[in-house]
Amino acid sequence: MMALICHRGTFANSLFLSKSALFTRSSSSLIHTLQALRTRVSPRAESTTSTLKEELIQPTTKRAVEQNIHGYEAIIGIETHVQLSTLTKAFCSCPYLYGSQPNTTICPICMGHPGTLPVLNSKVVDFAVKLGLALNCKMSMTSKFDRKQYFYPDLPKGYQISQFDIPIATNGFIDLDLPVEFGGGHRRFGITRVHMEEDAGKLLHSETGSYSQVDLNRAGVPLLEIVSEPDMRSGLEAAEYAAEIQRLVRYIGISNGNMQEGSLRCDVNVSVRPIGQLKFGTKVEIKNMNSFSAMNRAIDYEISRQVLLHSQGQSEQIVQETRLWEDGAQKTFTMRKKEGLADYRYFPEPDLPEVVLTKDYVDKIRRSLPELPEAKRRRYEELGLTMQDVLFLANDNHVAEFFDTTIENGADAKLAANWIMSDIAAFLKNERLSINEVKLTPFELSELIASIKNGTISGKIGKEILIELLSKGGTVKSLIEEKDLIQIVDPTVIEALVDKVLAANPKQLQQYRGGKTKLQGFFAGQVMKESKGKANPLVLNKILIEKLKGDN
Amino acid sequence: MPPAIQNPRFLLSQCRLPFHFTPAPLQLPPNPSLRRQLHRSAASALSSDPQTISRDPKSPYPSLPSPPSSQILSIRESLLSRQRTAADIADEYLDRLRRTEPQIRSFLHVSETVMREAEEVDRLVESGAALGPLAGVLIGVKDNICTADMPSTGGSKILEGYRPAFDATAVRMLKEAGAIVIGKTNMDEFGMGSTTEGSGFQVTANPWDISRVPGGSSGGSAAAVSAKQCVVSLGSDTGGSVRQPASFCGVVGLKPTYGRVSRYGLMAYASSLDVIGCFGSSVIDTAIILNAVSGHDRFDATSSTHEVPEYASCLISIDDLDSKPLKGLRVGMIRETIGDGVDMGVVSSIKDSALHLEELGAIVTEVSLPSFSLGLPAYYILASSEASSNLSRYDGVRYGNQATADELNYLYGDSRAEGFGPEVKMRILMGTYALSAGYYDAYYKRAQQVRTLVRKSFKDALDKNDILISPAAPSPAYKIGEKVNDPLAMYAGDIMTVNVNLAGVPALVAPCGFVEGGIAGLPVGLQMIASAFNEDKLLRVGHIFEQTLQNFKFVPPLLTE
Ligand SMILES: [Zn+2]
Repeated sequence: MMALICHRGTFANSLFLSKSALFTRSSSSLIHTLQALRTRVSPRAESTTSTLKEELIQPTTKRAVEQNIHGYEAIIGIETHVQLSTLTKAFCSCPYLYGSQPNTTICPICMGHPGTLPVLNSKVVDFAVKLGLALNCKMSMTSKFDRKQYFYPDLPKGYQISQFDIPIATNGFIDLDLPVEFGGGHRRFGITRVHMEEDAGKLLHSETGSYSQVDLNRAGVPLLEIVSEPDMRSGLEAAEYAAEIQRLVRYIGISNGNMQEGSLRCDVNVSVRPIGQLKFGTKVEIKNMNSFSAMNRAIDYEISRQVLLHSQGQSEQIVQETRLWEDGAQKTFTMRKKEGLADYRYFPEPDLPEVVLTKDYVDKIRRSLPELPEAKRRRYEELGLTMQDVLFLANDNHVAEFFDTTIENGADAKLAANWIMSDIAAFLKNERLSINEVKLTPFELSELIASIKNGTISGKIGKEILIELLSKGGTVKSLIEEKDLIQIVDPTVIEALVDKVLAANPKQLQQYRGGKTKLQGFFAGQVMKESKGKANPLVLNKILIEKLKGDN
Repeated sequence: MPPAIQNPRFLLSQCRLPFHFTPAPLQLPPNPSLRRQLHRSAASALSSDPQTISRDPKSPYPSLPSPPSSQILSIRESLLSRQRTAADIADEYLDRLRRTEPQIRSFLHVSETVMREAEEVDRLVESGAALGPLAGVLIGVKDNICTADMPSTGGSKILEGYRPAFDATAVRMLKEAGAIVIGKTNMDEFGMGSTTEGSGFQVTANPWDISRVPGGSSGGSAAAVSAKQCVVSLGSDTGGSVRQPASFCGVVGLKPTYGRVSRYGLMAYASSLDVIGCFGSSVIDTAIILNAVSGHDRFDATSSTHEVPEYASCLISIDDLDSKPLKGLRVGMIRETIGDGVDMGVVSSIKDSALHLEELGAIVTEVSLPSFSLGLPAYYILASSEASSNLSRYDGVRYGNQATADELNYLYGDSRAEGFGPEVKMRILMGTYALSAGYYDAYYKRAQQVRTLVRKSFKDALDKNDILISPAAPSPAYKIGEKVNDPLAMYAGDIMTVNVNLAGVPALVAPCGFVEGGIAGLPVGLQMIASAFNEDKLLRVGHIFEQTLQNFKFVPPLLTE
């Protein structure tokens, strides 16, 4: 049994709850979230009253969706929770480290002990302003915190500190380019709002399911919630929106954006309506997607499900509910039906002063923002790179940074892109490394490219050196010298090598002169071998042909 | 860090005049008796000669009642002059506590380490080391203020036996100044009540008449100071919980400006109104305590960075002033507080106090606060709303009493049903209702608008006056049980005090007279109100008022029997 670890002298109760009994009064709003947890632990499709044949919904390829939703339009909005990578929690000085032993990064404040008060970590505001600006939002120069109230064991105070009617940022948008392989295209999706709030703890269910335990490590960790406009129309667009949010938060350094660790969580609202209808269809919420491809598939599945119901004249079967995506089954399942709107009894948080921003502060943060993905993509396009290259390079801020530094050192953009996307990418994939973990520096890559271009080394030697640079480091210059890899262009040196090879192979020479000119390749290979691969092929061939003709 | 009052003599040199009216030129006071009284208190606190300060504490009947003097400074003098040891003093208080506690029942917990801590002070005295300004001072702490080494229940069964992991900031500062926490005082559960009958554990009696309540919710802290079970005490004031019991028990009670004292470690009742206050048997003592606990705290985002003046230093040398020491002070008597529904005896005590202030040179006029009557309902809506949220954490999951249940809803429901008393449940229900969708605008939002009005009306009145005065309660102490079944009447008793919390301004209550009742009459307190962060002004006026008030001695009969 894992006891809840508390501060010195604090009375601690372990939370033993019989899970089977927990759901006996499932109609109560108090425990709605608990049902979610249960479903997550042992997925079970609810016996829906629907006559819908689940098998009719095909696994969702793009084409399948297009066929299925013919005549209908899906409306998709996304709520994204971004966990901030601040050193300490939002309202206390506890650190947060994903994967720590349960209840080891807690204090009386984030445990909601009597008498404790929240004090806002100013980094949270810095990050919120960064994201608000990066999402082209209007910043609220004065915003405030509110309490969102509900009871749940992972919520120590009985309320979550959040922002309700005055979020820190509103009314923005995000630009993105769809992948080329899916037809490409530029999209702009509206951002309704960004607000600051705190995360809750986690419940850990025992294997037997007879009790649950509370881990409060995550309680009080700062989050930014991003609410999009209902602007997406397909699973692909939704997944690309989420990917762009991930890219953005990584670019501006406010979160690791890791979906598996829960640092980036998306709840998606999906409704479907016949094309031409103005009124929105009934909205269904989908949770539990921990990858972009899962999002894509879950949404397309849900769209197909709703379209099918519409087309079968059973649109009344689409009800306001929360559905969970099950990766195993590749389906969404009812988690809970919404019985009217939950009343969170929001009111202004009296323990925290208003958050007041000054113009200077906002301007300073604006100036500190790095080049954002959209601007980068447009710039790369102007460099003459293909959209495939552009998307690849801008996808990861470390890769983009590497590329940018490489071309700043004078390397040709197209050559640099090729090196990064082919040999370097392959190495990274093999070694499971990211570009900022390898020994190769952008400067050396630019040196390498230059050395090949000016003929100091051959392209083949360049590839060999690259592997050395990636795994062991060093400089292009010293590797070339150390290994004596400089290309041999001196005709007299090459001539000597040719002479040596011809002298060593009199039989073949005779055959060649007898008309078997195909043997030229054999001689070239021998000379190259003799030069340890360093002979300049052009010079070599020129001299070889002369010698073979037997002019002397 | 509280400013060090290492040597009481230091206080004199720090003196300055906080009023913005021009002090009269220094002259010999024409009234010799006034002069003598003022001089005596100053001298007793400052003399280096132990003989002059050693008024016999066992003779409570001097020919004329002497004005209250600082117990804190006299303890300090005794220690520094080696007249008495801290252990001696602690023993005296503990002895009196043991004798009176069966009747008064003001403590929920009495510290077992008092004597040990007192002996530690004595060792410091022996070693000649510097003493903290509160060395050897025994302080009672309201039970909703967290203490790491003692239970802290907030007067609620739901926290029975709960020991916090930390000291409240105010407690930490007091300890750093050398104070000894003597115990945790009784209160209405989580501060919700005006009689201390709402405690989950016991009913505290008023030392002036043990058939009466001490007021509330800080009734234990007020009764303990009144009965001299401790030297001074901490309370908390959300709607009058320091001032009304001060009035009922005949002690000085101070409610500082919202944000003056850190709330960290104070169990929240209504966060936007809560403030830690203090009780003493003299104005000087409350000033010294305020000094020790004031200031910004990085653990309380609502604590103020406003400078902390030397509250106590200006209270000593009033003998330097003339016979009209309050000359030019503009005093507004709040008309709405001395009309219908207020006990006649209370009204006449306040009017006599106004006359007394006039004799001291003040200009007293009546002022009207038009929004005054709106304050009470607004207060109850706001306080209940915040309380319904603040008390959500008492769910039995992490600490406190946990009901045995095998279903989550029952765990919550039963823990709270068993743990909370009826008044708390009622306020949680009221607050939950007021915040509910569809009612929010009609209740919570409306009440916030009233609060804005109240703030403005106080500002207007305090722009025209240096201080405002009113009773601290519309009546003297109730009989135990009198209001238990009439919550509306009990709520109405808060009319004098709640507006001050809504406005966030400081107020001081000092005993000013008596009305009939009990064996020796029942004390009445005068409430003095000033603008935000003008505690120094309040304390100075209160001190002069107290030191010049003649013919009253606020020692309860319990101690003279
Ligand atoms: Zn913490």
